Formats: sequence, C-alpha cells, structure tokens
Amino acid sequence: MSEQENATIRIHIMGKTYRVPAGLTIMDAMEYSGYRFIRGAGCRSGFCGACSTIYRREEDYRLQFALACQEMAEDGMYLVQLPFTPAPRSQYDLEKIDPTENVLLQYYPEIARCVSCNTCTKACPQDIEVMDYVQAALRGDIARTAALSFDCIQCGLCTMRCPADIKHYHMAQMARRIYGRYLSPVPEHLEEQLREIEEGVCDSELDKLVAMNEEELVLAYAARIREEE
Amino acid sequence: MDRLTYFPGCSLKDEAKEFEISAMAVMKVLELPLVEIERWNCCGTVFSLTEDDLMHQLASIRNFIRVQEAGSDEIVTSCAMCYNTLKRSSLFVNHAEERLEKINAFMDEEVAYEGKVEVRHLLEIIRDRIGWEKVEEAMIYPLEGLSVAPYYGCMLLRPRQVGIDDPDNPTIMRDLIDALWATPVEYAFQAECCGSYQVVDHRELIVERTHRILSSARRAGADVVVTSCPLCQYNLRETQSELKEKIPTYEEMPVMYFTQLMAVALDVDSGELPGPLLARFSVGEGVGKGEG
Amino acid sequence: MARKELEIIEGLWEKVEELSGQNIFACYQCGMCSAGCPFTDEMDMLPNQVIRGLQLRDWNTMDCSAMWICASCFSCQVRCPKGVDLAKLMEAMRQIYLRQQLDHVSIDDMTPEQISKLPQIALVANFRKKTG
Repeated sequence: MSEQENATIRIHIMGKTYRVPAGLTIMDAMEYSGYRFIRGAGCRSGFCGACSTIYRREEDYRLQFALACQEMAEDGMYLVQLPFTPAPRSQYDLEKIDPTENVLLQYYPEIARCVSCNTCTKACPQDIEVMDYVQAALRGDIARTAALSFDCIQCGLCTMRCPADIKHYHMAQMARRIYGRYLSPVPEHLEEQLREIEEGVCDSELDKLVAMNEEELVLAYAARIREEE
Repeated sequence: MDRLTYFPGCSLKDEAKEFEISAMAVMKVLELPLVEIERWNCCGTVFSLTEDDLMHQLASIRNFIRVQEAGSDEIVTSCAMCYNTLKRSSLFVNHAEERLEKINAFMDEEVAYEGKVEVRHLLEIIRDRIGWEKVEEAMIYPLEGLSVAPYYGCMLLRPRQVGIDDPDNPTIMRDLIDALWATPVEYAFQAECCGSYQVVDHRELIVERTHRILSSARRAGADVVVTSCPLCQYNLRETQSELKEKIPTYEEMPVMYFTQLMAVALDVDSGELPGPLLARFSVGEGVGKGEG
Repeated sequence: MARKELEIIEGLWEKVEELSGQNIFACYQCGMCSAGCPFTDEMDMLPNQVIRGLQLRDWNTMDCSAMWICASCFSCQVRCPKGVDLAKLMEAMRQIYLRQQLDHVSIDDMTPEQISKLPQIALVANFRKKTG
C-alpha cells in the first residue's frame, strides 16, 4: 500500500472533528465516523437527491454544495447534512390545467420575486442553470424551463438558498409535467404502435407467448428477430 | 448595417407579443434592426429606491454584463418600465466605484461589469438616430383622419434625469404621430399614472384611473390611445370591461403600442391590433379617409 | 398570513432618512406634492402631511396607508421645488415594514384564478414593492 492510501484526513461533522481514511466519499466518511443514515441517503449513486450536503473548507469564504454520495471528503471540510427541504408543493390537477404562458406563475407566484442573484445556480450540485430556468418560467417559456431543469434531482439546495423564497425544483417539475402532457411533440411511432395495440394487431402473438412454458420461452427468445443496430 | 443591442423584457415574450412583433418589423424597415441579447433576465420592473439596496440592482447589472459580452456599450428597450429600471440602475452604479466593486465581488461567477453601458428607449433612438423625416419617408399608408392620443405614463418621463423628454411638456410621441400624418390629441392626463402595479391588490383604483385617463382622451377627440408600457397597456385595456359594467354608457377606447401605430403606417406586421381598430387597419388598406 | 405590528425600533426616523437619502427638513410644506399626486383620493394622509409627520416624528405617520397606495409615479418628485424625493421617503417607510418581515401583500393567499388575469410585470413590481 502506498503512503497516499494509508493517509487519514480530518473532517468536522456538525462541529465535531473526526479522523477518517482519505479517499472516501462524504457519505462513507460519515458512516466511518459512526453516523448511521436513516434519512438523507437513498440510491448512493447520485440520482435520488436525498443526501444534500453543505460544507465549507477551512479558509474558504464560500459555502459549497454537494451530494454526500458523490463528493469526496477532503481534509478540513466542515460538513452538515440537509436531508429535507421544507418547500410546499402546489396542488394541481394536470388534466385540468390550462397550459397558458402564466400557468407557472399561477401556482408558484413567488418566482416573480427573483432578483437574479444566481445563488440557486451556485448551489446546484447538478450544475443546472437554475436562475436561467426561473427566468424562463417568469416569461412563460415552459419548454425552456423544462429543458434547462431536466437534470434536476429535487435535492432542494436551490430552494434553501433562495433569498426570494422560490420553490425552484417543484416549479420546474410542474413545467416538465406540463411540457410532457401538453407541449412536447407526439412521437409518430408511438401513436402508430398504440393504435395497433388497440386494434388487437398484437393479440394473437401475445396469446402464443402466454401459452408457452419456460423452455419454449427460452428457445423463442434465443431465436427472436433482432433489429439491426 | 448598424444594429441595436436589444433587451425585450419578459412582457414582450408573452403578454405584449404584439409590441415586440411590431417593434422588430418597424426597425427592420428603418434599417436599424433589433438584435436580442443572449441570456437576459427580468430587470425587476421597478427600481429599488433605497440607498443601501444593491441586491435589487443585480438583475439590471447582469443584463449590462450580457451587453458587454455582446461587444456593445448600449442597451435598447421598448418597454417603458424596463427602460426606467435599467436606466436608473445604470445611473446608480456607472460612476459609483464603491457600489460597482461590491456588486462585482458578489457576482464572482460573471466577468466584472465595467460601468459603461448606456440605456436607451426605442423612441429616443427613433427620434435621435433615425429622425422623424425618415419615418415619414418610409410610410406607405398615411394615417390621415385618425386622432391619436399619446399616453406617456410615468416611466418615460420621470424622474427628470431619466426621462427621454420634458416631464412637464413631452412632445416625443406627438412628433411621432405627426410624422405618420395622424392628428395628435392634447389632453390633460397624458403623463398621469395609470396606477401601475396596484392592479394586483387595488384593482378598483386602476378602474378609476382608466376611466379618468381614457375619458379625458375621448373628450379631446381621440380615436385611439398609444402607449409604450406593457403595464399601462394592460391596465388601460383590461379594466375597460369592468368600467363598462359600472357605467353602461361607457364607450370602449382602443389602446395600442406606438410601434403598432408605426407598423400600420409602414405596412409591416403590427401584431394583434385592438378589436375596434382591426376593421380600419385591415392589412394592405391603411386607415382610409372615410372614417374618423 | 397573520400580520404583526410594526416594532418601533430605536433610530427609526434616522433610518427613514438614511434609507431614502433625503433631507426631510428641506420641505417647507408648499403642498406641490399633494397637488400633483394622482392618488390623494385613496390616501389617508396627503403626501405633504406624510413628510410633515416625518419632520415631527409623529408615530401615526408610520401607520398611514398612503405609503402603500403610492405607486412611485414620481409626480411629486419632479414637482418638488426643494428637490425632496418623496417617492424615496415612501419607499423607505415601506422598507421599514418589509425588513421586519411584515409583508403588505400575502402571496400565499393569492389564488391561481386571480393570478391568471394578471401579467407578470404587475406581479414582479407589486411583490418588489410590497413583500420583503
């Protein structure tokens, strides 16, 4: 083992200092220190957004934001977990919504309070241009809001940092839902396929499959026609 | 060809589309096209009036940085509210080193704003850089017989150091109306506030203001009122139905943007015109002399 | 949202002057501001009375509805012969409330139906003036 791998670092978790091996993620380092995650951990792969973490390095005036399962622990990090963001979600029935340009304002009027400080963007562990999508929402551009916010994992850090109390991630989720329901172009092949299913074109083939035993299924799978790649 | 670094503002992207459509079309004909800056953000619509408040200047200054990035030192907007807010922000920071330094330190993700961007309203550009003669020359359908009341509101004129014209006796819109061969209407309320953002929680106040302003224009013989502000436009247009409910004899007054009036005369796309004027302004026919 | 009372803080009058950057004692009560103000019908105090109240340190001034009716149209500002920016004083008074988290408009109580009728330009401006 090299000296590097044997090294340990000091981290500070909620004000208490721990020494942990170098090379661990923040989450692993915290677990090594004896913390057990009951809330604030989920997929451990950077997708679920449950393990929002705020930290500051020694001698850095800036707060940093990360997902504990993705960011490596560094020597001198002051860490705190933010497993939940108190941010009410507006109630709406997607089927009854009128997808007009000011629909996002109707359900999230506080987006009108954006001062363009860009703090939300700086807080995003997914590197999303959060302020830009809030601005797009404000001017009624639902498609752009949906596109810019596509990588959002709903961790809520933007919302915790916002001086205007905007609920960015809920608003953007609504934009993506409206986009999907009303604005995105309908794929032709999907329409065609759905029509065929409804007309029963696939029924006889499906019945055959259902009637097969396991052995026949394996053989049929191996002999299936593959689409050219 | 020269181009203008253009800031549309949020309203022109939804509520006031016809303002942008007509402004774009008119400026193309006048050979000074509007080129939209990239990644602009809402200006904040009202200028923060407290001395210590730098937070609410960020929106304007971020836009100035976009202008800088586009290699320009001028930003042009047709929305009177954006104009006022951006202009006042520029005056607040452009020669104030300490303020600029603080703001630049806060916006450390951006290049520093150098404090050199000048803010202009589209009407100013048309007056000072194009000239009324050229507008008249470009005209296809003279608006003879049409009486037009200019509505300046507040944001083009006040405060004095921000105004594009004399706040007590503005003439810029009158000169434009003249250039289009229409008849400018003089009336008492041309620069009186429409009630602005009070429409959110004091709508009754706007209904009352609309009544005073438009009745005054009507009494002075106006066929139509022109504005340069999406909020004035909304207030004056949208509260007329409520006014009709209150006063059955009230006669509707069409309200449109100054760029729409120009678009009609220059025979370019004017965007959606107010109902009562649609017939008169049907495309390709101009106003005609019969009515009015 | 439950409205709390304004907390009377020490140095409140000085704060109004500091935030507005105005010398309230320059006003000699000519009344030009009130004569030009388009909203006096709806105000409980006339604009010149507001500034008089500030001069006299009269606590009733801080309760006036006039500061919330003022739409920052700057009619008073261009007409004042003494160069006092009354619109800035009104804003400073509003800010005293807003900085104590006493919003004048409750965003939570607005319904989607109400907002659907309003353009964003009105909402942005209103929230900037009436929420902190």
